[in-house]
Amino acid sequence: MSDSRVLFDLPGPRARRRQRLGSLLGALLVLVLIGLALWRLGSNGQLEPERWAILFDPSTNVPQRLLEALGNTLEVAAVGMVAATALGALLAVGRLSDHAWVRVPVVTVIEFFRAVPLLVLILFCFLFLPQVGVTLSAFGALALGLTLYNMAVLAEIFRAGIQSIDRGQSEAAYGLGLRKWQVMTFILVPQAVRRMLPVLIAQLVVLLKDSSLGFIVGYMELLRTSRSLVETLNFSFGPRYTFQLYVAAGLIYIIVNVLLSQLAKFVESRSRRSPKTTAAPTDLATGAAPGTATGPGPAGAALLGPGRPGEES
Amino acid sequence: MRITRYAAALAATGVVLAGCSSDAGETTEDAADNAPEVATEVEFEPGSTMAEIVEAGELRVGTKIDQPGFGLANTAGEPEGFDVEMAKLVAAEMGLSEDQITFTETVSANREPFLQEDRVDMVAATYTINDARKEVIDFAGPYYVAGQDIMVAAGNPEGIEGPEDLAGTTVCSVEGSTPAETIRTEYPEAELVLYDVYSKCADDLRNGNVQAVTTDNVILTSFVAGDPESFELVGNPFTEEPYGIGVQKGADDFREFINDVLTESFEDGTWADAWDQTAGAITDTEAPEPPTVDRY
Amino acid sequence: MSFLADNFPLLRDAFLTTLSLAVLSGLVALVLGTVLAAMRVSPIAALRGLATFYVETFRNTPLTVVFFFLAFGIVYIDLQFPSRFITAVAALSLYTAAFVSEAVRSGINAVPPGQAEAARAIGLDFRQSLSTIVLPQAFRTVVPPLGSVWIALAKNTSIAAGFAVTDLTAVLQRLANANADELALVFLAVVAAYLLITLPSAWVIGVLERRLAIVR
Repeated sequence: MSDSRVLFDLPGPRARRRQRLGSLLGALLVLVLIGLALWRLGSNGQLEPERWAILFDPSTNVPQRLLEALGNTLEVAAVGMVAATALGALLAVGRLSDHAWVRVPVVTVIEFFRAVPLLVLILFCFLFLPQVGVTLSAFGALALGLTLYNMAVLAEIFRAGIQSIDRGQSEAAYGLGLRKWQVMTFILVPQAVRRMLPVLIAQLVVLLKDSSLGFIVGYMELLRTSRSLVETLNFSFGPRYTFQLYVAAGLIYIIVNVLLSQLAKFVESRSRRSPKTTAAPTDLATGAAPGTATGPGPAGAALLGPGRPGEES
Repeated sequence: MRITRYAAALAATGVVLAGCSSDAGETTEDAADNAPEVATEVEFEPGSTMAEIVEAGELRVGTKIDQPGFGLANTAGEPEGFDVEMAKLVAAEMGLSEDQITFTETVSANREPFLQEDRVDMVAATYTINDARKEVIDFAGPYYVAGQDIMVAAGNPEGIEGPEDLAGTTVCSVEGSTPAETIRTEYPEAELVLYDVYSKCADDLRNGNVQAVTTDNVILTSFVAGDPESFELVGNPFTEEPYGIGVQKGADDFREFINDVLTESFEDGTWADAWDQTAGAITDTEAPEPPTVDRY
Repeated sequence: MSFLADNFPLLRDAFLTTLSLAVLSGLVALVLGTVLAAMRVSPIAALRGLATFYVETFRNTPLTVVFFFLAFGIVYIDLQFPSRFITAVAALSLYTAAFVSEAVRSGINAVPPGQAEAARAIGLDFRQSLSTIVLPQAFRTVVPPLGSVWIALAKNTSIAAGFAVTDLTAVLQRLANANADELALVFLAVVAAYLLITLPSAWVIGVLERRLAIVR
């Protein structure tokens, strides 16, 4: 059901008037809510321009700190992304192995890391590994935690992708006399990666967001830095800049992630146009990720047809 | 252990910037020029903890970054406070400049693990000396004796005068701290709310989510000084919390060395100076009589 | 082992806290997320826009930021939750609702258009065709992704530990700090407790997935 307009009549003049009224009322309600929030903020003095100026005033060090923190966030996320993608692909292939002695341990690893909270994993890397002789920095513990967790999730995404490739592809390849590893590397994995790119990128957004859990080990990523600034400024000025700093941190995350998601949508629209992947997979997101990766999966994006208002395509 | 010292001047590190458009710009201005003199030509017995640290050219110090007066990050991200000054004193006596100190945030629950796992050489983080901790790490000092106290909302609406009055109220403290343990074991009637850092407790008290915050009086005094419109100190300390400098278990040479540094600073006034510039400046109090270090 | 026995009440309470956090937030998120999904396919543009804005905002914000906002931010618009547990439930439900909405929407999209067309042809209106024809079928295809969201939620509850909720992760930190020599046991116990929630869930979802797949 790619077009939800099936669900309701093409509105006639009266219905259109009614809908316009509905839209108007809905918009009005939203505006009232926003207005209420702004009014409360205003009467608490939170909208004073001076309070927001701190975010852009280099003499306070705040913009520099936020920028540096964003760098730290991106750095740990990038390391996690690369490592998790590589290991995830490896695990996916292992899971599809014909040999039980490969498959069983791989499945165990995947299921285990998918079932444990990331926060606990990070703490494990940080607190327990040193007891067995592997001392990691806060950066290392966070990067390793992110990698272990996301590689398991990505492995499942890749597996779903590989299994979604039409069986004719591998049959034809075997028919040509290719060996199993050749079929995997030359035929299945390239197609799977292309097909799963949107879900993959959605999971990378999750990874980037999850780097905010670095606060637990004292890694100065974006959120911990904002918090630290709040603590410092609270002490000197009372809670004068608290709200502003939280808003700033939230907005920076949203902007970076929306950019990443846009990239996902762009890649998706390109791969959809490509004739090589015309057999559009249905519900690939489904078999994948019990991470928060219910991202813009192929199925979800099918709705992004032309002319849907309120939807950036 | 032979230490020769020559004076070595150190340039001011405070950054003064003009033309701020927001109040917060002013915080960077009070970065005081209070660097202790760095010893030169220091020699340590080869193989000693100090020799290893000097060899590495880096003193790794665990401290808090959210406790005004003792260890609070300035807007540039560098910690400032009495604990930080103690670390600088130790570094200076080892011939290490301020730049050679690496500060790491150690929240209360991380202090022992950080020492045990060799992530830091010493911890100066409002760290109470007690026997349970001595089983896994060692302490130099004390360099200050605090007492557990209670902070309430300004005006003390609940009429809390001491720990007995906490029964039935929500009290905030920090996981892994001695004050939290004291409330848990001795005043179980109080409902304990635990965060990882005290600043969240202060936020919660300001917002009315908890009725009291309990920890060492010096920490609370600084919070009150920062926001007197919201907070008030009960002023009835009910425990003794000797602050020590945590070192790795068995690093007895380093412990003795720090004890020497502390004792010397008690006598020559640098300890009192450090107090005046940090916690003393905030709480507007004179430096107390220095404690006696416990060379166990 | 006596160490675990000594701390059993603590671990049990923490387990129950984690479980109730997950269940309560899951229920609220399910309701809110379904409403959001319905809004996203509704004829009224303002509702669609609002739901899209909501989903995009929460999907792109780290859960920890949501927690900070609800715990320490909304006081500036004069709002306050009665307890930290409720704050945690609110943060988890608001965040998870966005993902529920996406899962349900993808389910709606997976229902063959013929079904909706037929419903419309026999004269059902938007509300009727959505609630009696499309959503019941959508929920079937939606079980696996919803299951994933549920498991993610169960794990995400751990963030509440940073916000004064004594859940499994908070107890992990407390015990780890107090018993460095028993660290392996501490981790084992807490991880086992989480697995006690996530593994059976994964199994039930797998069974449901297989059973419902045949129906269609």
